Amino acid sequence: MVHKPLVSIVSAGLSKFGRLEGMYGREIFAEAVKEAFERCPNLNPAKDIEALFVGHMGESYEHQGHTGPTLADWAGLLPKPSMRLESACASSGAALRTGIFAVLSGMHDIVMVGGVEKMTHRTTAEVTEFLAMASDFPFEQWQGITFPGLYALIATAHMHKYGTTEEQMALVAVKNHHNGALNPKAHMQKEVTLEKAMSSRVIAWPLKLYDCSLITDGASCLILTRPDLAKKFTDIPIQIIGSGQASDAIGLYEREELTTLKAGRLAGQEAYKMAGVKPKDLDVAEVHDCFTIAEIVAYEDLGLCKPGKGGSLVEEGATTLDGEIPVNTSGGLKSKGHPVGATGTAQAYEVYLQLTGQAERRQVSGAEIALSHNVGGSGATATVHIYRRG
Amino acid sequence: MSETHPFTVESFYKFVTERKLMAAKCSKCGTLFLPPRPVCTKCLSTDFKWVELKGKGKLLSYTVIHVSPVQFQSMAPYTVGIVELEDGPHLPGMICGVDPEKIRVGMDLKVDFETSIASEWPLWPRYFFRPSFSFL
Repeated sequence: MVHKPLVSIVSAGLSKFGRLEGMYGREIFAEAVKEAFERCPNLNPAKDIEALFVGHMGESYEHQGHTGPTLADWAGLLPKPSMRLESACASSGAALRTGIFAVLSGMHDIVMVGGVEKMTHRTTAEVTEFLAMASDFPFEQWQGITFPGLYALIATAHMHKYGTTEEQMALVAVKNHHNGALNPKAHMQKEVTLEKAMSSRVIAWPLKLYDCSLITDGASCLILTRPDLAKKFTDIPIQIIGSGQASDAIGLYEREELTTLKAGRLAGQEAYKMAGVKPKDLDVAEVHDCFTIAEIVAYEDLGLCKPGKGGSLVEEGATTLDGEIPVNTSGGLKSKGHPVGATGTAQAYEVYLQLTGQAERRQVSGAEIALSHNVGGSGATATVHIYRRG
Repeated sequence: MSETHPFTVESFYKFVTERKLMAAKCSKCGTLFLPPRPVCTKCLSTDFKWVELKGKGKLLSYTVIHVSPVQFQSMAPYTVGIVELEDGPHLPGMICGVDPEKIRVGMDLKVDFETSIASEWPLWPRYFFRPSFSFL
């Protein structure tokens, strides 16, 4: 059953991801915007784009808040309305959803959504502290629990309940680094072996260095239009056909279960229902692998396998580039990198490349239906979007 | 007690200074809140009473943190877990007084208090967990 598109993506841009020394976030965002504009010659940006919604997690990194107008200026979009959405690592997933609202409401016909984060000029201890701000202060941060620590608590619980192994988690890293090595914009374009991943230093047991995504600088953006206007700007519009979002307790300890992210499950169910799509219909998916265990939990929450079977799914190779359902073809947050505010729309950028047949060496042949899954914090926010080619 | 201790996180930590683990119980619908809240999210009542918890429970999950935020660097590596209290609520906290190698999901823990670092908001004294058996 073909469901009516919510909005169309007519262009997308992504900066290089990595350690972009000497660049401010706004300058990195300008790089992503340039690509999106160049891909869309029929668009007159300053005239046609009516609003900008951007994801940005933290003022602490650059001592810079008020990101909406700052990025609108560097994108050449002044005096159009702009605003920043903050939902931790799901900030640009939230910006994307807000852009959909703006178009669906009839208030705007064409908007830009995107996100940015500049992180690598800070020390690991500082970034650890800034990221922890997305968790509960009085009970989690105050007890010294870090972000890797929260996902380690999920991992320990998953291992205990389902027998998931450290090796299965490491296989997520091996897979995503393989894909990232094929992505010229990825932060860490190199393969890792299972042995290397397993023997890397412990960050928060049972999570090791190679279980953690990267501290990265980067920006991403999409141009969304009303579906009936899309053909003016592109021959192959990508339709967003489902959008879901849910919230859960900020504290991991307050959740009903530690082995699943309820917000991710609910956001997925909402998006699937809206799109009229089932998990088996997906050709490709970008999921929020901030830690390797998070990808395993995402498989389960999104119905790619039964609860508890996520470790086996990666072990069987079902989610590799030539598997049944390729996941994180971009390299994911693990290898492409995780500039937190940019991640949600960077996932949508990879989907855009895959569904328009432009993913080059990591192209999934004939991909028509895709999903992106963006999680904020330890799962207090999740957004899921479903896309269809043409 | 409610006149002197509003049903807030700050009050919770003031009780920790007194070596008490306190939760807020809604007088109308009976829901127990830890962290305490000024408004019951089940029935909107603002009528609460403080209940002292026994502080005993079972470990639901744990991790050993090696890379810590700036202010915890002198303590790393340290163990933190989430404990399912017999009283109902789940509570995260550091686990002290036991070799990390000997920690197991499901083990019995009880709350204890570190009050020597007591100071003002937002730098509260801490509670932590330790094994509930005694070392002879």
